[in-house]
Amino acid sequence: MLYREAGDFKTTYQADNQTFPIRFDRWRYYAVLVVAYAVIPFVIGDYWANAILVPFLIYSIAAIGLNILVGYCGQVSLGTGGFMAVGAYAVYKLMTAFPEVSIVIHVLLAGGVTAAVGVLFGLPSLRIKGFYLAVATLAAQFFLVWLFNKVPWFYNYSASGQINAPERSVMGVLVTGPNTAPWAQYMICLVFVTFCAVLARNLTRGSVGRKWMAIRDMDIAAEIIGVNPLTAKLSAFAVSSFFIGISGALFFAVYLGAVEVGEAFGISKSFLVLFMIIIGGLGSIFGSFAGAAFLVLLPVALKVLGVDVLGWPTDIVAHVQLVIVGALIIIFLIAEPHGLAQLWRVAKEKLRLWPFPY
Amino acid sequence: MKMKTLALAALSTTLLAGPVAADLVFPSLSYRTGPYAANGIPFADGYQDYFTLLNERDGGIGGVRLQVPECETGYNTEKGVECYEATKGLNPLVYQPLSTGITYQLIPKVTADGIPMHTMGYGRTSAQDGATFPWVFNYPANYWDGASIAVNHILDQEGGDISGKTIALVYHNSAYGKEPIRTLQELATKHGFTLTEIPVDHPGQEQKSQWLQIRRDRPDYVLMWGWGVMNQVAIQEAANINFPMDHFIGIWWSGSENDVIPAGAGANGYKALNMNRVADFPVYDEIRALVVDKGLAAGAGDQIGSVLYGRGMYAAMLAAEAAAKAQELAGTPDITAAQMRDGMEALEITAARMVELGMPDIGPEFSVSCANHGGVGQAYVQQWDATAQQWTVITGLIASDREVIDPLVVEDAAAYASEAGITPACN
Repeated sequence: MLYREAGDFKTTYQADNQTFPIRFDRWRYYAVLVVAYAVIPFVIGDYWANAILVPFLIYSIAAIGLNILVGYCGQVSLGTGGFMAVGAYAVYKLMTAFPEVSIVIHVLLAGGVTAAVGVLFGLPSLRIKGFYLAVATLAAQFFLVWLFNKVPWFYNYSASGQINAPERSVMGVLVTGPNTAPWAQYMICLVFVTFCAVLARNLTRGSVGRKWMAIRDMDIAAEIIGVNPLTAKLSAFAVSSFFIGISGALFFAVYLGAVEVGEAFGISKSFLVLFMIIIGGLGSIFGSFAGAAFLVLLPVALKVLGVDVLGWPTDIVAHVQLVIVGALIIIFLIAEPHGLAQLWRVAKEKLRLWPFPY
Repeated sequence: MKMKTLALAALSTTLLAGPVAADLVFPSLSYRTGPYAANGIPFADGYQDYFTLLNERDGGIGGVRLQVPECETGYNTEKGVECYEATKGLNPLVYQPLSTGITYQLIPKVTADGIPMHTMGYGRTSAQDGATFPWVFNYPANYWDGASIAVNHILDQEGGDISGKTIALVYHNSAYGKEPIRTLQELATKHGFTLTEIPVDHPGQEQKSQWLQIRRDRPDYVLMWGWGVMNQVAIQEAANINFPMDHFIGIWWSGSENDVIPAGAGANGYKALNMNRVADFPVYDEIRALVVDKGLAAGAGDQIGSVLYGRGMYAAMLAAEAAAKAQELAGTPDITAAQMRDGMEALEITAARMVELGMPDIGPEFSVSCANHGGVGQAYVQQWDATAQQWTVITGLIASDREVIDPLVVEDAAAYASEAGITPACN
């Protein structure tokens, strides 16, 4: 009734090709933006920012990045943790070397550095595919973590090998460091998320995204119709790593403030982000958000329910949490192998026909 | 039906409301799961049981009851931050994260929020400089003391001359394991020994290549900075290559029963530092009678008397003593985090007081001041007896080489101060 194309007349090609062709979707999108930009910053507290929303936003960027590579271009990667580490260490080196330059520029530059590293490790993808490529990117993961542990230049020769984010501000408001207000932390992440999501959405709808999808669906056929696998695959690695680099930079500078490479960017981080996009939905921007939300919020929700509401011992809750999250992942993948995004898609199809399905 | 829902809602709100504002809150950021649980459980039990004892025996501290909300970190920094944010609203008096990684995370946060943090024998060594780190305490000893004490013990064994010897450091490849390297390098130049650094990556389940290297190089001594499952594996591997166990010395975090028992008879003679003496203290009987027998124990009650249970209890005792001192200074039993900090800075632990508390000579006598948040920096050396299944303290308190450490502390604290934009000051 509300959710339908009928009556929403488009008079230009531009209007016909817009991201949200259905009026209700557009309103919903604007409503989400209004709530995110104009309501949440005024009500957010320390706990909600530090434990829930900031990690959710940052993991969303990483999931969008990995989704471009795995979901849109079909190149399996297990190097996400390593690439996030590149973003984090790049932003640290830039922040300490050029303190007068804005942190926003540093984060974008860190994304650029990560893109370059990603292209380098993407080169083998021209020759190897599938699981073999996954193993090659796994090498990137271990090499990068080892590198940041081994070479003291990356952590400015500090005795502990830790990197600490100095205080930096945007337009006079602190965004990194311990004295940052929770709304400022949230806002800087939100701006980057919006930027990345809009960019990714438009890239994947244009010719670049179509080339990626052609490569994903069948690389030989793609070559025959004129897609250059070299540029298509390497551009996917570059764009994907750019996003992952931004998320790594924010993860270090805004969220944690101090990072130890082996612990924060280990192999488990690569798997976590990969699970996010598998559960959320491969090849879907919405799926990246849904997957990040699922894996960031669910453990916190279960912990609050178990410890604070039911009063169970913390170790039992921690174990039960693993069991429940694992079981839910299996149930979701059996019930809907294409992830939460597909559930959303099916729901929208049904909504169009509601209340008179045929 | 409706009544039931209402009752349930009322119940959950009372539970969510948490401790009453008048209680003194000591959050316990513990880890009872994951690869570090073997060491995290006894410490958390000891920490919580001592506060329960104070509640049961004395009705709290200065007549105010104590609350110990527990939060599981799994030794993971992200969860540690979540726990900190979750407990910050309860007016906590002091944080003890029992993780160097989480400590580095929290140092700027507690400084900004004005909540003291006590990192007993771990964390950032230069936090000893109270002028630069007003909210962080690491008494009674720190890692650089530990490194120096281990080397001093080796010096004793070798008759005072270790030039030309080789010492290998097997360490957890993280901020924790890297802490002693700076000091050991300085000591290597001073005493003329060669230092080999052998990192082990988290969690340390796999150490074949590291011990192959030790087997090939045959260092005279091996020092270990390990934690969790890494300890057990290292001691087993050392036994496998027949490394002389009395030449293998662990830091105080690598010397609990849970680390040596899995290696069986092979672990006999393994040495570790300890800042809290193991003995059957009278206070344990009180804990058994007033906490465990009443069913109030944090764990199964089977850890009493173990090294890490004792250390958890020791940490709780230092916190309780500091809180009592703070009450005395503030003149009110309901102290705030800032008053707690003043209490910690004025803390003095004497031998007589330790006897009074039912734990004679559990640790060194020390006093804290703004210039020195690190205590005296002394520790015992203990040795594992596999037949008797117990640790034996084989030395008295060994002092560290302050001549080497103090300049390093000044240097590192100055580096932090300039990085974080702090002007060091003692009032």
